Amino acid sequence: MNRFIKIVGIAGLLGMASCSKEITQRNQNFAALNPDKTDTSAGSWRPVLLSSVTEFGCDNPIAVTSPDYKLELLEIKSRQANMSDEDEALLKYWSAGTVLRWNEILRELVAKYNLPPYQNPDGTYPIPSAANPLAYPYFPFANPPYAARAYAYVSVAQYDALLAAYHYKGFYRRSRPAVVDNTIKELVPVVKDYAYPSEEAVVAGAAFAMMSLLFPGEQDYLQDKLNECLDTRILAGANVRSELDAGVALGKAVASKFIQRARNDRAGKAVGTPADWAKLENDAIARGETPWISQESPKRPPMLPLFGKTLGFLMDTTEVINNRPPAPPSTGSAEFAKELDEVFWYSQNATRDQMHIVHFWGDGAGTYTPPGHWNAIACEDFVNMRFSEVRWARNLALLNMAMFDAAICCWDAKYAYFNPRPSQVNNKIKTLTGLPNFPAYTSGHSTFSGAAATILGHVNPGRAADYMSMADEASKSRLYGALHYRSDIEVGMQMGKMVGSKAVDRAKTDGAE
Amino acid sequence: MRIIAALTMFYMCFSLSAQTESDALFMAKKNLCGGFVYGNTTWDHYWEGTFYRDNANIGTFKSNSVMAMANYGISNSLNLIASAAWVDNRVTAGTLIGQKGIQDLNLFLKKELWAKEIKGFNGSLVAVGGVSTPLSNYVADYLPLSIGMRSKTASLRLLADVQKGHWYGTASAMYTRRNNVTIDRNAYYTTEMVYSNEVFIPDMISYNLRLGWRDGADKYFELLADRMNTLGGFDMRKNDMPFLSNDMESLRVGVNLKYPVPRLSGMSVMLTGMHTLTGRNMGKAKSLMAGVVYQVEFKNGAKK
Repeated sequence: MNRFIKIVGIAGLLGMASCSKEITQRNQNFAALNPDKTDTSAGSWRPVLLSSVTEFGCDNPIAVTSPDYKLELLEIKSRQANMSDEDEALLKYWSAGTVLRWNEILRELVAKYNLPPYQNPDGTYPIPSAANPLAYPYFPFANPPYAARAYAYVSVAQYDALLAAYHYKGFYRRSRPAVVDNTIKELVPVVKDYAYPSEEAVVAGAAFAMMSLLFPGEQDYLQDKLNECLDTRILAGANVRSELDAGVALGKAVASKFIQRARNDRAGKAVGTPADWAKLENDAIARGETPWISQESPKRPPMLPLFGKTLGFLMDTTEVINNRPPAPPSTGSAEFAKELDEVFWYSQNATRDQMHIVHFWGDGAGTYTPPGHWNAIACEDFVNMRFSEVRWARNLALLNMAMFDAAICCWDAKYAYFNPRPSQVNNKIKTLTGLPNFPAYTSGHSTFSGAAATILGHVNPGRAADYMSMADEASKSRLYGALHYRSDIEVGMQMGKMVGSKAVDRAKTDGAE
Repeated sequence: MRIIAALTMFYMCFSLSAQTESDALFMAKKNLCGGFVYGNTTWDHYWEGTFYRDNANIGTFKSNSVMAMANYGISNSLNLIASAAWVDNRVTAGTLIGQKGIQDLNLFLKKELWAKEIKGFNGSLVAVGGVSTPLSNYVADYLPLSIGMRSKTASLRLLADVQKGHWYGTASAMYTRRNNVTIDRNAYYTTEMVYSNEVFIPDMISYNLRLGWRDGADKYFELLADRMNTLGGFDMRKNDMPFLSNDMESLRVGVNLKYPVPRLSGMSVMLTGMHTLTGRNMGKAKSLMAGVVYQVEFKNGAKK
């Protein structure tokens, strides 16, 4: 018996100990980017914000016959000759795509900063300050509207910067290092195109500059990522140093125009003032409606009530107001009572499958938000589609412009109607995941998802139906979770599809198709 | 916080009654002891990392449970112990819905390795191997309200017991290997983004000390202290929700007693009270447990 227990005990422990606890992540083993189309004509595509692709200059490259260039080739040779395991790992990581990896870095920062501030001792809440990002509460609170805007700015700045880069590549016609010197080995697939300025460096420079604005407390981290990204181009034998420097400079220059825009797009004023918050409540009462009241304790001011006035990329403010959906059922109406009953039913009767859906699409505090989720979905499909970097940037720009404008339209509706959440009206309604701190109509998840599925279905028609059914599931998750009425999710989806179609309209005319 | 509930359950199985996996008492051969234990755990403060706070969106966390347990004497020095609980977790404030259901099956094999009397002191060494596995498809990724962590575990406890007259002391240490779990999400943030539905669950180590008075296996009173910590894991960020792979630590003290019901041969009642002194990424919980166990003898085995 002694032996019996020893065998059972030790075998049990060893049996479990032998299975590794290391987790293989989906984005870990993406293949190196190897585009099936080079899109070398992208210099003629239509930029979003730049007046033209030559708005920002790009200095003449040094001659490939110059001693300085020869020194730069030596840098490649010496790095390739002394490659460490860490270098190899970085090379593999970044070879999957520069637009892709910066998008992942952005998603990670959004998740890191997506936490509502802890209250002050007097029950008020501190507001994060861009001027003091390292002191608590850290700036920003990367909530869904903030995140939607961040994804859009970073993606669109990369897109515009790449169009400029493609123009200059065609203009300067600088050969690749491996063409100039056939002893240089290209260790990743390199597009058979011109090398100056480096498009990867353009992407990295634009991303670095935009993300330094959006996450000012992360500049050291971003600088490390920038250096790492550029370094791998040297290791890969794909670019010499001056091609990278020119790329970073061009990326940052283009980003500077986006930074100016971001400083004046009215998002900075979206928090509003106590007077604004009181007016929203009083206006709803004056309309004869039950106003939204924060269900947090202590009561937290509504999330970004003036975000609906932010200047998006696809629609101007007048268009946003003109496309505002009709009012939701009045809080005193029989229709409202019926919708409320349905939410109550789900709060009591959600199945395990429905709970799975609620949590899968929850994307609440501490996550990369619903727009981040759709970026992840898009990227995991794009890695199989063999896009060029510029087409990656273009498709993510379209996706994120759609979700940014969707956020604006959704927030416009939320604060135009300021209607209560189901659990406010009926305190027996308990939610299956965290309750967001803003009005119900329309559902943000539904609006984001409708917009995302519409534009993704356009750039990847083979999966259009899948995207739409995912959007439908994301939308319904908010009803199953007892967070939203049916009209919130249905009208939100329609509104999202409307905004998504504006992105499709742009896609049809941007010169890329 | 969710963890807290899960761990509280975990500990109930450990600290509840005589002839459990954390004492030196054995059922005699072919004797079976079975019973039910009601447990109630509450907390209204918790440690967010090392920051001790309350949360008006949770109010008071309340966990109620009923655990069925059985202990069978394979021999006088080898026992098989099984337990499973139904758990109901809820909070008194905020909008989050409670969770309830059947939690995990726990199985332990407990073996006396050595026992000897030296100069009036009775000493023994005991090894206890355990495994646990979830019994239902409950949601783990919803702390603090989930009823468990869904981790399949294997544990090994080494225990030393010394008794002189009626007075005794028991000290033990346990290592728990905890398998990773899968959750309903396919990406999550810890201290970095993880693109997987699999969550790393750190292993756990715990120490348990008991001092008391006993008269046989059915009558005792003891003071106990236990300390547990995960080997790894991360701190909750400020104002974040708890997560399965948090670094969790606690130090608890309590009392535990068992007494035979007069005139009902084989039936005993048990009471346990535990109080958390310090912790990390856990609630400052108070637990009360009350149980009834009944012992039957199948075939001429002698009751210990």
